[in-house]
Formats: sequence, C-alpha cells, structure tokens
Amino acid sequence: MTGLSNNVLLESRGLTVRFGGLFALNELNIDVHNGEVLGLIGPNGSGKTTFLNVISGVYSASAGKILLGGIDITREKAHNISSYGLSRTFQRSRLCLSLSVFDNIALGAQRTLNNGLWHNIVQRKSFAAEARKIAEEARELLHVFNPALPDKLFDPAISLGMIDRRRVEICRALIGKPKLVLLDEPSAGMTHDETDQVVDEILGIRKSLGGLTIIIVEHEMGLIERVTDRCVVLNYGKKICEGKFRDVAADPVVREAYLGQA
Amino acid sequence: MTPSSRTLARGPVWPLFVAVAFAAVALTALVLIENQKLLGAALAITAAFCFCAARFGGVAATEVAASENPWLLRGLITVASLAVIFVLRDDNFGLLMLATVLIYATICLGLTVQMGYAGLTNFAAAAFAGTGGYTAAMLGQQGGLPDALVLVCGGLVAVFIGSLLILPVLRTRGHYGALTTMAFGVMFNVFLDANDFFGGPQGLKLPGINLFGWDFTNDIHIFGLVLSSYVNYVILTGILTALAMIFVGLLDRSWVGVWFDVVRLDETAASVFGLKIAYWKVLAFTIGNFLAGLMGAVYAKMTGFIAPANFTFGDSLVMVSIVILGGIGNRWGVLPAALIVVLLPEKLQFIQEYRLIFYAVLVIAILTMRPDGLVARRVRKLRAEASA
Ligand SMILES: Nc1ncnc2c1ncn2[C@@H]1O[C@H](COP(=O)(O)OP(=O)(O)O)[C@@H](O)[C@H]1O
Ligand SMILES: [Mg+2]
Repeated sequence: MTGLSNNVLLESRGLTVRFGGLFALNELNIDVHNGEVLGLIGPNGSGKTTFLNVISGVYSASAGKILLGGIDITREKAHNISSYGLSRTFQRSRLCLSLSVFDNIALGAQRTLNNGLWHNIVQRKSFAAEARKIAEEARELLHVFNPALPDKLFDPAISLGMIDRRRVEICRALIGKPKLVLLDEPSAGMTHDETDQVVDEILGIRKSLGGLTIIIVEHEMGLIERVTDRCVVLNYGKKICEGKFRDVAADPVVREAYLGQA
Repeated sequence: MTPSSRTLARGPVWPLFVAVAFAAVALTALVLIENQKLLGAALAITAAFCFCAARFGGVAATEVAASENPWLLRGLITVASLAVIFVLRDDNFGLLMLATVLIYATICLGLTVQMGYAGLTNFAAAAFAGTGGYTAAMLGQQGGLPDALVLVCGGLVAVFIGSLLILPVLRTRGHYGALTTMAFGVMFNVFLDANDFFGGPQGLKLPGINLFGWDFTNDIHIFGLVLSSYVNYVILTGILTALAMIFVGLLDRSWVGVWFDVVRLDETAASVFGLKIAYWKVLAFTIGNFLAGLMGAVYAKMTGFIAPANFTFGDSLVMVSIVILGGIGNRWGVLPAALIVVLLPEKLQFIQEYRLIFYAVLVIAILTMRPDGLVARRVRKLRAEASA
C-alpha cells in the first residue's frame, strides 16, 4: 500500500456518510496528492462540507475508509486527528469572538504547547516563553495577510471585520504547521475585491510554506481557477468528475449538475 | 515589537488606594452598624459611590492601576484586611459573618472555574461543600487526623464524589448536565437525613481547628490586645481566599484558561484543534469541587456543628447566584456578590424570613441594570506574558 501511495497524502475509499435516509456522501473515492491544491466544488448540498467534516472527525463515516499518510484515521476522534497534521477552517466562522486574536490563534498550536498545570501555574517563566514564541509566529503569519493585523494581536476577535476574521481563522489553521489544510469557502461573505486579495494571500502562504497540501471548497469559480491544481466535482454526495479546472468546467455532466440547481 | 505603547500608558496609582480603602470602610460599616436606618443609609452611600466610580471612569482607572501594580494591590489588600480585623477584633458575630463570606467567596471561585471558564453548570456546590464538611466531621474528631490533613481530605473526598458524578454530567449536554448536578444536590440531603451513621437530621458535632499547634479556640493575645478567637478563622479563610484568587487568576492567564474558554465557547473548534473536551471539563470540575470540599470542611470546623440543613439545594442556588451576580467568569466579582448575598440577609432584619424572595429580587434587579453582573469579565490579554 505505501509503495503505491507514496505521493498520496489523503485517500478516501468508498466513503459514505448517511443522515437518516440521506446519503450526504455516497461511496466516495478521492485521492489528494502531496503538495497539491485540490478544489472541491459542486452545487449546494452536494456534500463538500460533509467531506471536510468527516475527514476532520467532526462527523463519523457510515462506511468506507479514510487514510491520511497511509494511516487509517476513519475511527479516530476529532481531537486526535490534528496530531496527524490536519487542520481546517469552517464555512461558518468558528472563532471565539470574546477571546483575543492571540488566544484564537494559539488554539491552532495547542498540540505543541505544554498543558500541564505545574507548567502553567508555577513555571510562569517557561509559560511566558511559549506565549512569546506563539505571539511572534502569529505576528509573522498575520503580517502576510494584512500588515495592520499584528498590532491587533491582543484585540478581541469580535472587533475585527469579516475579512480579517477569515484571515485570523486561516492563521489559526496554519500556525500548527499542518501537512494538510482544509479551507471551507474562504471567500464566503466577502466582496469580489476581498476575494481576490485572499486568493493572493493563500498563494503567497503556499509559496512560503513549501509542501503544504490544501483542499479548498469554494463557490467562487474565479478563485478555484486561480488557485487549484486539480478539481473534484461532487453532486448528491457522488464524484461526478475530476481533473484540471478548465476541463472540469467544460464537462457537460458538470454543467448539467450546476444548471439543474439553477 | 511595539513596546512603546506599553511603557507610555502607565496610569495613576491613587485609584487603587481609594478603592481598597473604600472597600475596607464599607465592609467594616456594613458589619458593625446595627441600627436599620443607619444601615440603609450606609448601603445607599456604598451603592452611590460604586455607581459614580463606574460612571466616571473610577472603576476602569482602578483596573488599570491594579493590573500595572499587582504587588502594590496585594500589599494594600493585606494592610486593609488587618485594619478591618483590628476594628472588628471583639465582634464575634461580625467576625463569624466575615469568615462565612470568605468561605462562600472561595467556593464561588471554584464555581467560577467550572461555570465561568469551562461552561460546566453545577447546581450542587453546597452538596460538595457538605461532603467536605461531613468528611471533616468523620475524620476530625479529637485525637483523629491532624487538621491540615482533615481539611485537604475534605477537598479530596468532594473530588472523589464528583468523579462518580462526572460520567452522567459529561454524557448529557447543556441543561441536562445541570439537571444531573441538581439531582445530586437533592439526593445528598435525602441521604444524610435518612442515615443515622452521619447523625441524621440532627447532624454532627466537631471540634475547632488546630493547625500545627495553632489552636483556633483560643483568643489571640498580641501587642497587649485581645483578639476574639474568631479572628483565627478570619485569618485562615482570608489566606485561603487569597490563595484561591491567585491560583484562579494564574489559571485564567495560562493556556489552561484559554482552553477552558474555547471548550465553553465552541466544542467543535476545540476538538478539531486537538482539545479533548471531557478532559478539560473533568479538570475544571475537579478544581471547583476541591475548593468546595476544602471550604466546607473549614466551615464545619468553624461552626462546630453540621447538619443536612446547612447544605441544601437552596444554598447551591445561592452560590450560583453569587457567581452570576458578581459577573460570571470574573473572579473579583464573587467578593462583593458574596458579601451582598451572605451579609445583607443577616443584617437587614426585615428580610430574614423573605430570604429567597430577597435573592430573587436582587438577582433580577442587578442583572436588569448590569446584564454582565457587578464586575463584567474582561477580554483576556496575554500581552504582558507574551512580551516579557
Ligand atoms: N449534521 C447534519 N444533519 C443532517 N443532514 C446534514 C447534516 N450536515 C449536512 N447534512 C445534509 O447533507 C447534505 C450535504 O451537505 P453539505 O455537506 O453541507 O453540502 P455543501 O457543503 O456541499 O453545500 C445536505 O443535504 C445537508 O442538508
Ligand atoms: Mg458547505
């Protein structure tokens, strides 16, 4: 198995998620290669978010398998999956709005921090050293997105605008140095210009963090065209097409799926 | 990177002196004054002062000064506490009330960790305190274990009983978890009432504290002064409250505090980034129950007698209302809230039989005016730690 899938970071085999009688994912086989940006597209309700949820452990699979780096993570609990190098953002923002930007981003590095009571309460010097390290890394990441953001590190997340909240969420996903990042509609709630900006930022980040693998779910086809190496199209929980965006977009089956919705 | 804004913005220190002095004077006045009209006037003045301080930036200035001068704050509180003790030195009833307020406040600090931080509603705090109290009664008879151990055992047994309860609390979500603790709180009383081994409804007697030869039943003779034996209890509960305040404060300003908040605010985000929800809830439950059990044991030894009626479901509700009234998640809030809720019904004679109505009206009134409680929780800023 490992010999063949050397270049495959994530694979799903016959992956099925059922909600009662509804097949949100239906026998899905998807390969994600090391270092690629995979676009996951499809009409509303086709199962894109469900796919991200099931591989990050938020939902459990009804049938089938998920392998990450050759390891079967199908039955892993959500809180263990991040230790395999997976992190994500959410379609509906899941920042803790009453906490500072710093606290929110620190969560992304939680695995690497010392959570012992003794360390946190008594060894305040070494706790502060960790906090300093996180603050430095967070500032660096935030700066890539928006040079004004590092100064807002200790502001409450609720004081940020929509687009900056998105950026903070992406920073939270990146600070733990994951191998695979799942982005669920990063342009949701943004204007066209803001979307363009975020695309540039994602491309910039990818250049600076060589080897990062990304699965991106998007509605905005311009964004998909610019950032993805390959696309998988879902409809009713099934894969109906896969390939380069240009080819996929020209595929009659895909056109019909989108038209059928409109 | 940008230390300039930090070093420049040092505020004045005097609000800290004013605030601590005011708190000490108000506290002493509320304990000492018996005349109901005078008491009413003192309360009105206190409320007006607090209102003005909040309105005209005094509270904010005090907070800035306190966070910039933590050691000055601790020193001032120590001096003020000694002054209050000196003034009340032979007022047994006043000292007993003061110690009781401190015991309630410390239990509510535990509840703050559970409810305010980790989002775990606990309607059985009085039962956990009672567990500590009964542990002290069983272990702390004359010639039994040394009292330091007895008090710690009070906390540990409360943690143990809590760990029996934790599975149903974790399995059920939201309001159902709260119901589980409620059921325990009620069962605790029923069990003790029916059980002669624990003294039944008549309860149990137990001797006062003797810590390493420091006998709490003796008056204190110092500098030619005689201090009531109850001063011993005020000092002990004061030290325990201070330690709990420091501990809970450090907890809040650490990763543990951040993870508690995330677990409370968004379980999905918490678990996706590697937090095991059950672990953090158990930790918060354990910390809170330990404090409740410990302080319950102190309470039992202080009053010298405990019965099921001391630890009712109503008392648990009072503790929850202290946390909400103070400003949920703000550890400073429990101090004025415990003072109001514990002291006022004792002092204002006309309320005594309407106690529960008093609590209800008070909670509704304060929360109508200040929905976040007396001292609302502030956004945690780990700036000082992260740029040390
Ligand atoms: N937790 C859930 N419970 C029940 N049905 C769900 C749940 N999550 C998603 N679904 C259903 O699964 C289908 C796929 O949803 P989703 O993955 O969110 O679609 P997409 O992200 O592609 O718009 C939809 O029909 C949706 O209603
Ligand atoms: Mg979706």
